[in-house]
Amino acid sequence: MGLKLKQSYHHSAVAVKVNEQMGTKRGYTFIQSNRAWLPKFLLLWVMVMAFLSTWIYKKMDADNKVRRKEVLSTMCEQRARMLQDQFSVSVNHVHALAILVSTFHYYKDSSAIDQETFAEYTARTAFERPLLSGVAYAERVRHSEREKFERQHGWTIKTMKREPSPIRDEYAPVIFSQETVSYIESLDMMSGEEDRENILRARATGKAVLTSPFRLLGSHHLGVVLTFPVYKSKLPPNPTVEERIEATAGYLGGAFDVESLVENLLGQLAGNQAILVNVYDITNSSDHLIMYGNQNQEGDLALLHESKLDFGDPFRKHQMICRYHQKAPTSWTALTTAFLFFVICLLVGYILYGAAIHIVKVEDDFHEMQELMVRAEAADVAKSQFLATVSHEIRTPMNGILGMLALLLDTDLSSTQRDYAQTAQACGKALIALINEVLDRAKIEAGKLELENVPFDLRSILDDVLSLFSEKSRKKGLELAVFVSDKVPEMVMGDPGRFRQIITNLVGNSVKFTERGHILVKVHVAENPKPIDDAKAETCLNGGLDEGALISGGRQFNTLSGYEAADEQNSWDSFQHLVTAEALQNDASVRMTDADEAFQSVTLMVSVEDTGIGIPLIAQDRVFMPFMQADSSTSRNYGGTGIGLSITKCLVELMGGHISFISRPQVGSTFSFTTAFGRCKKASLSDTKKSNAEDLPSGFRGLKAIVVDGKPVRAAVTRYHLKRLGMLVEVANNVKIAASACGKNGSSYGSKIQPDIVLVEKDSWLSGEDGSLSLRMLDCKQNGFKLPKMILLATNITNAELEGAKAAGFADTTIMKPLRASMVAACLQQVLGTGKKRQPGKGILNGSSVLGSLLCGKKILVVDDNMVNRRVAAGALKKFGAAVECAESGKTALKLLQLPHSFDACFMDIQMPEMDGFEATRRIRMMESQANEQMNGGADEGSGRKDEWHLPILAMTADVIHATYEECLKCGMDGYVSKPFEEENLYQAVAKFFKTKPISDS
Amino acid sequence: MLGLAADRLRADMNRLLAFLFHQGILDEQFLQLQQLQDESSPNFVSEVVNIYFHESEKLLRSLRSLLMDREFSDYNRMGIHLNQFMGSSSSIGANRIRNVCVAFRAASEQNNRAGCLRALEVLEHEYCFLKNKLHELFQIQQQRVLAAGVRYPMQN
Repeated sequence: MGLKLKQSYHHSAVAVKVNEQMGTKRGYTFIQSNRAWLPKFLLLWVMVMAFLSTWIYKKMDADNKVRRKEVLSTMCEQRARMLQDQFSVSVNHVHALAILVSTFHYYKDSSAIDQETFAEYTARTAFERPLLSGVAYAERVRHSEREKFERQHGWTIKTMKREPSPIRDEYAPVIFSQETVSYIESLDMMSGEEDRENILRARATGKAVLTSPFRLLGSHHLGVVLTFPVYKSKLPPNPTVEERIEATAGYLGGAFDVESLVENLLGQLAGNQAILVNVYDITNSSDHLIMYGNQNQEGDLALLHESKLDFGDPFRKHQMICRYHQKAPTSWTALTTAFLFFVICLLVGYILYGAAIHIVKVEDDFHEMQELMVRAEAADVAKSQFLATVSHEIRTPMNGILGMLALLLDTDLSSTQRDYAQTAQACGKALIALINEVLDRAKIEAGKLELENVPFDLRSILDDVLSLFSEKSRKKGLELAVFVSDKVPEMVMGDPGRFRQIITNLVGNSVKFTERGHILVKVHVAENPKPIDDAKAETCLNGGLDEGALISGGRQFNTLSGYEAADEQNSWDSFQHLVTAEALQNDASVRMTDADEAFQSVTLMVSVEDTGIGIPLIAQDRVFMPFMQADSSTSRNYGGTGIGLSITKCLVELMGGHISFISRPQVGSTFSFTTAFGRCKKASLSDTKKSNAEDLPSGFRGLKAIVVDGKPVRAAVTRYHLKRLGMLVEVANNVKIAASACGKNGSSYGSKIQPDIVLVEKDSWLSGEDGSLSLRMLDCKQNGFKLPKMILLATNITNAELEGAKAAGFADTTIMKPLRASMVAACLQQVLGTGKKRQPGKGILNGSSVLGSLLCGKKILVVDDNMVNRRVAAGALKKFGAAVECAESGKTALKLLQLPHSFDACFMDIQMPEMDGFEATRRIRMMESQANEQMNGGADEGSGRKDEWHLPILAMTADVIHATYEECLKCGMDGYVSKPFEEENLYQAVAKFFKTKPISDS
Repeated sequence: MLGLAADRLRADMNRLLAFLFHQGILDEQFLQLQQLQDESSPNFVSEVVNIYFHESEKLLRSLRSLLMDREFSDYNRMGIHLNQFMGSSSSIGANRIRNVCVAFRAASEQNNRAGCLRALEVLEHEYCFLKNKLHELFQIQQQRVLAAGVRYPMQN
C-alpha cells in the first residue's frame, strides 16, 4: 500500500512539475507568439516594397518627362521666335519695297521705275528677304481704265489661268516682278481667290496681310502670299477705309515659300533631327490649315508643344507645334533603380523571414527538448520506481525459493541432491544480490540516493568488512589486513552504510580475483603528500641496495605477503615513512588535533591493494562502466555482473571523492579512492560512540607486547590493531631479537620493555629455530621472569602445525587472521584471563542466539492496528525473549509511553488509521524532548539513569523504498524493519541499539 | 502402529503444505510463523490464524456491504480495509490472498466498481479455499499432537 501510495503521489508530483515547467517556459518571444502571421508579414512586406519601387519608378519617370517637356518647349519656342523674326524682317523689307514703289513710281512725274529697274533692284536686294521666293507689284486698274492700261503696256490682262481676263470692276495686273516670279507678269491678282481677298484686306487696313496657305504657282510648295497696299497720294492721318481704298494705287506682294523656308531655318538649328515641327494657320479655329510639316500624325503624340507665331497680320493667327520624333524612350535608369530596390528589399525581407522562421524553429525545438527532458526525467523516476517495485516483487518470490531451498536442505537428501539444492540456493542468493545492486545503481542514476551524515567509527566498519571476507580469504590462504593511519580521526561524519558498501565491493573484488598473496586495505589522511614524495626519492637513492632477499628464486617484495603489488607506492618504503612520520608527529598530536579541529572535513585516502590477476591493459579504461568486465570469460570464471565497480565509482563521487586504480596484469591491482568526511564535534562524539561504535575493552591499556614478524608491513598492521587496544608495541625482526629482548631486560639490546605478550607470526616461527626459542623461554623462566604469553598469528594453519606450535611453546593461543581489534581483544582476554567472560562475538555464535541475547529481557512495545500483525510481531519478539506489550493505535501507544516508562524499544507500524506511525513518533519525540529539557533544568548532572530519554523507535513497513526510510528518519525514528519480520533484518535493526548493552552490563 | 500413523500424518501435512506453497497460496512467511511456535506458545500458529480468520471475515463483510451499497462511493474506506487485509495476509503468509488484495486495491483506486465486485468474489473464493485448507492442516496437526500425546507416556 505504501508503495502504491508513494507511486501515485510521485506521479502526480511529476505531473505537477511538468506543468510548472511548461508554465514557466511559455514566456514566448514576440516572434514566437506571432508565428502564424509570419508568412503574412512577408507578403505584406513584399507588397509594400513592390508598391514603393513602383512609386520610385513613377517618380523618376515623371521627372524625366518633365525634363523632356521642358527641352521640347525651349526648342519649340526657339524655333518659333526665329521663324517669327525672320518673317518680320522679310515683311519689313517688303514694306520698304512698297514705299519705294509708291515713292519712285507714283510721286515722280514720270515713273522712275520700270520693269527692268524693279527686277534688278529686287534681285539685288533678294538677300534681304530670304523667306520670299519673289516679289511683284500689281497696279490697281479700274475697268474704265483697262483699255488705256492695256494699250499703254501692250498686253491684255490675264487671269491666273492665263486667259484674257473677263470683265470686272477692278483688276490688279502685275506690272513689275522679280525675275524669280516673272511668270506672273500681266496676271490679274484679283482673279485668284486668296489674292483677291488679300488685296481687299490690305488696302482696307493699310498693313501687310497674309493669305491662308495654299499651293504656290510654279513651285507647288505650300506658301502664303504677303500683300502690301501702295497708295498714290499721301494719306491723311487716321484715314478711313474708304479713303484708303480710294488712295490705293497698287499692291506689292511676295510669296513666302513657307515649306522650304522653315526647312532652311530648322536646318540651321541643332537637334532638328529629334523634333518634328508643324506650323499651322489657325485663323479658322475649327479648321487648322497646315503650313509646314507632315500632315500625317507621326512621332510622339503624347507630348507636344504649341508656340504662338505672330507674323504681323492681326487677322491671321499661326502657331507652331513641336513633337519629338520618337516616343519617349523607356527610362532604363529608373527601371533598374526601382527593380534593384525591389530585389534588395525582397532579399532583406526574405532574410528577416528566414531568421524569424529559424528562431521559431529553434524555440520550438527548445521547447520540445525541454518537454522531452521533463519526460525523460519523469521516465527516469518511473524507471527507478519500477525497479524498486519490481525488485521488491522479485525479492518476495525469491525469498520463497530460498526459504524452500533452506527447508529442502534440512531434509534428508542424497549428496547429489544436496549439491543441486545448494547450487540453487547460491544462485538465488546471487540473484538477490544482483537485484539489490541494480536497484542501487538505479537509485544513484535517478539521483535518489541520499547520503546519510552520521558519526561513525571507520575502523570498526573496516573490521566488520574484513570479518565478512575472513572466511573466504582464509580458505584461499590470502592475507587480509587493514591498516588505518593514526591521523585518521576516530569518529567521522558520513554515510557508514555506503562507505561499507564501497569497501565491501572493492575487497570483494580483490578476494574474488586473488589466488595468492594478500589484500591490504589502507586508510590515511590524504592531505600530506610530501612524505611520500620524499620516500620515493629515497627509494630511488636506495634503488641498488634493495634489501629484498631472494627466496626460492623469486624476489621478495616488501609488501604484506611478500608478493609484488601493482602500486609501488604502497610498498614498505612509503609505508614505513608513513608510520615513522606518524610516530614523529605523535608528540605533537595534541597540537595537531587541535589544529585539525579547525577544518570541518577531512579527506581520506583509502587504498585496497591486492596481488590478484590484475586487469588486462585493454580493459582498464572500461573498468568503471556498468556491466563491463575485463572479458567475457571473467564472468564465466569468477562470476559477478560487473556492476559493482560502477556503483562504487558513483558512490565515491557522491561522497565527494574520486577513484582510480593502478593495475598490472598477473601482478595485482590497487584501487585507491578519496572521500571527504566531516569531523565529529567533540561533544557529540562521546554520546554517539557509546551507542554506535563497537566498544573495545580498555583492559589492555598499558600492556607491553612484542610482535615478531619478518615483514615490516605485516608487523605494522599487527601493531596498529594492538595499539588500538592501548598496548605498547615493539616490533622485532625475528625470534632471536625478541627472545633476547625479554631475556636481557634493560641490557644493551635496546628494548627496554618487559613484554607481557609476544605475538609471533607463523612464518617467522617456522623460519626461526624453534629449539632456541624454547630454550630462551626456559631461560627466562629460570631467571624468574614472568613468562610472557606466547601467541601465534596465522592466516591458516594445519592441524599438524598447530600441534607443533603447541609443542614449541605457543600453548596459549593462536589468533587466526585477519586481525580485528575486537577479536584480538577477545583472544587476549581469554589468554590473559582478565576475568572477563568471552564476549559473544557474532562471528562465533549464529545470528539467532545473538538476537536472543540482544533482545532477552527487553521490554518492547508493538504498535499496530492490524491484530494479526500485532500477534505475529509479538510472537516473533517473544521468541527472542523479549517482553512484549501491544497497542492497537498510535493514541494507545502514546498513553503507554507517557514518561517515565520502562520500555526499551518500540516497533511502530506506519500506516494506521487516526494517527499514523510518523505522527505518533513525532509526538513521542516531543514528549521526550520536553522531559529532557525539564531534567536538564533541574539537575545538570545526569541522574543514575540514562542522561536523556530516547526510546528507540523502529518503523515496521512493507515498503522497501529508500524514501520511506528517509521519512522515517525525518520524523525521529531510529530505523526500520520490513514487515513481515525476518530474522536477519530484525537483527540488523535491533543490533544498532542493543549491541553494547550486554558488554557494558557485564 | 501409532508411530506409523504419526509418520503418515506428517507426510500428509508435508504434502498439504507443499501443495499450498506450490500453488502460491502460502509463502515463506507461514514457515516463519511456524518457527515462532515453540513450547512456550504451542498453539501460536492456530491462534494467529484464528485471529486472522476472525478479522478477515469482518473485513470481508464490511467490504461486501460497502460494495453492495447503491450509491456507493467510499473507495477510501475500502482502501483502508484492503490495506488491513493485505497486512494481515502477508503477516501469516497468505500470499495469494494478498495478491488478490493488490488487484482489488488497484481496482478501487481506479473507482472501478465492476472490477471491485469481481475482485471481491475472487477474494471470497480464495479466502474460503485458504480457510478450508488451513483447517485441514490444523486438523492433521491436532491429530499429530494427539498421536504424540499417546506416544509420549509410553516412552516415559
